[in-house]
Amino acid sequence: MNTAATATITYDLPKRRHPVLQFIVQQPLGAAGLVVIILMMIGSIFAKYVVPYDPLQLDYSAMLAAPSQEHWLGTDAFGRDVLSRIIYGARTALLVGFLASFVGSTLGAVIGVISAFFGGRVDMAIQRFMDILLAFPIIVLALAVVAVLGKFPVGGLDLNLIIAIAIPMVPKVARVVRASALAVREMPYIDAARAAGYSNMRIMFRHIVPNVTAPYLIMFTAYVAQAILLEASLSFLGLGVTEPTAAWGLMLSGSSAEFYREAPWMIIFPGLAISLAVFAFNLFGDSLRDWLDPKIKL
Amino acid sequence: MLRYIINRLLLMIPTLLGVAVLVFLLLRMMPGDIVELKLLAEGGNVDVETLDAERARLGLDKSLWNQFVDWMVGLVTFDFGISMWTGQPVIEEISSRLELSLQVAIMATVLAILIAIPFGTLSALFKDTWIDHVIRVFAIAGLAVPSFWLGMIIILTLLLTFNWIPPLTYTPIYEDPWKNLSQLIWPAMAVGYRYSAVATRMMRSTILEVLQEDYIRTARAKGVLERLVISRHALRNAMLPVITVIGLEFAFLIGGLVVTEQVFNLNGLGKLFVETVTRGDFTMVQALVMLIAGFFIIVNFVIDLLYAVFDPRVRYR
Repeated sequence: MNTAATATITYDLPKRRHPVLQFIVQQPLGAAGLVVIILMMIGSIFAKYVVPYDPLQLDYSAMLAAPSQEHWLGTDAFGRDVLSRIIYGARTALLVGFLASFVGSTLGAVIGVISAFFGGRVDMAIQRFMDILLAFPIIVLALAVVAVLGKFPVGGLDLNLIIAIAIPMVPKVARVVRASALAVREMPYIDAARAAGYSNMRIMFRHIVPNVTAPYLIMFTAYVAQAILLEASLSFLGLGVTEPTAAWGLMLSGSSAEFYREAPWMIIFPGLAISLAVFAFNLFGDSLRDWLDPKIKL
Repeated sequence: MLRYIINRLLLMIPTLLGVAVLVFLLLRMMPGDIVELKLLAEGGNVDVETLDAERARLGLDKSLWNQFVDWMVGLVTFDFGISMWTGQPVIEEISSRLELSLQVAIMATVLAILIAIPFGTLSALFKDTWIDHVIRVFAIAGLAVPSFWLGMIIILTLLLTFNWIPPLTYTPIYEDPWKNLSQLIWPAMAVGYRYSAVATRMMRSTILEVLQEDYIRTARAKGVLERLVISRHALRNAMLPVITVIGLEFAFLIGGLVVTEQVFNLNGLGKLFVETVTRGDFTMVQALVMLIAGFFIIVNFVIDLLYAVFDPRVRYR
């Protein structure tokens, strides 16, 4: 063996960019959305160090103060700093948004895969049940679940609220994932797996699930936006996040409505925060779809 | 065709029955009890006998199965029962609210159509130009702005610029159309923006899809005027998916205006739903849910029929 003969051979491989870089170049709008999302995440993780004031700190000497050098976005009826509450509100929105979307999309995906894999009567029964859920407007279904489950707070976060926001997503995700899984089921490698004697569970979760991750990811991202909106709506109605936790929808509800004339900043800024967050997730979600699988209808 | 219609109508029954079972069971799982809530709210001590007597009067002492059968028999004979809270017939309470919700939903739909069809088409025809970019940003922003907040901003703007807020009490359109519109046009605008955004995006993407079709190339090749290619060939074929989206959104608006109604202080179906759910008024919630879900199912059915009418390729058996 002559080791000296191992010369380095170079191939002219086509330049392959890192997928993240590829995404940024091909989908600049989506990348912009992603930047906003990342900034929001950083802001809410390090909220403690970012905020100018404690979001719960009452200050009766500065009630309904207009935006100024001390309070950039003004204060609310209790003298709490609006900017600080918006930053902490991002934490609530992202936490509820990600968790609810994760629960909803995952449950929907599992149901969709099971429905497609077994087909026949199982499929029929599952799809009929999903049809029933689809007949409700999202907010009506969420309200019904909130009313039935009540509150179940764990560490300042209402787990039942997350379930209520997640349930209306399930039928739609199930439908999209089922369609993809039906196509995967007909692939030769599924026949091969069957011939090899693998169990149904193994085929479903090791062979089908990895092949439906694209629709799953797309739905997951899109539904974070929907979850943030729904959380804001429920909190606005007083049926979601409750005081004194900072949440955008809550900041708009109750007391603030009486202050249209005196304190418009209490109405304007939390709503802008909701819109910006949802806008960012929508941009990112749309681009992710265009990039991964343009045929999926959200 | 007739057979298809009958089949579809029959298929609605199990779905509606499913909705009924689901809402019936969910309500019975709810914590709290309307009888206690109602009688204890009036203050004073209420003994167990009075509570039981009230339960018996409302039929809550019967078995679940009997309650369900009673409700179903009522539904089939169009007897929706009496509100457990107010004692008024459910149908009366609902019909005045339905009038309001329906009007807002129709106005929002008209608004959405007026915006979506021209702007969606323009966006597709001028793809990747500044026109397209402006319209797309406008549309994607429409999906992000919460309707209820847009409503608040509308009120705020009216207040600060004209020192005027919309009337807070409802006047039916046949009594005083001007007063009616001056109250309801604003919530219609607030929900109409999101609605038009959804429809504009659908319009744009279907037009783009249709423009790729062979028959468009054929039409152009045989020298049809571009204006006619767009209006006769492209638009007509792009309408169906857009009609679907508009129909589904319309169906959801009937019961889904919950939060916007709160902002404008409108006594619509959504507000009624929130009130009655929190009170545990079984008969009212059940009737409302059947109405909202039933409406959605019927709209779906109508959309499917439209497909068969408009698109000769779709032939149902």
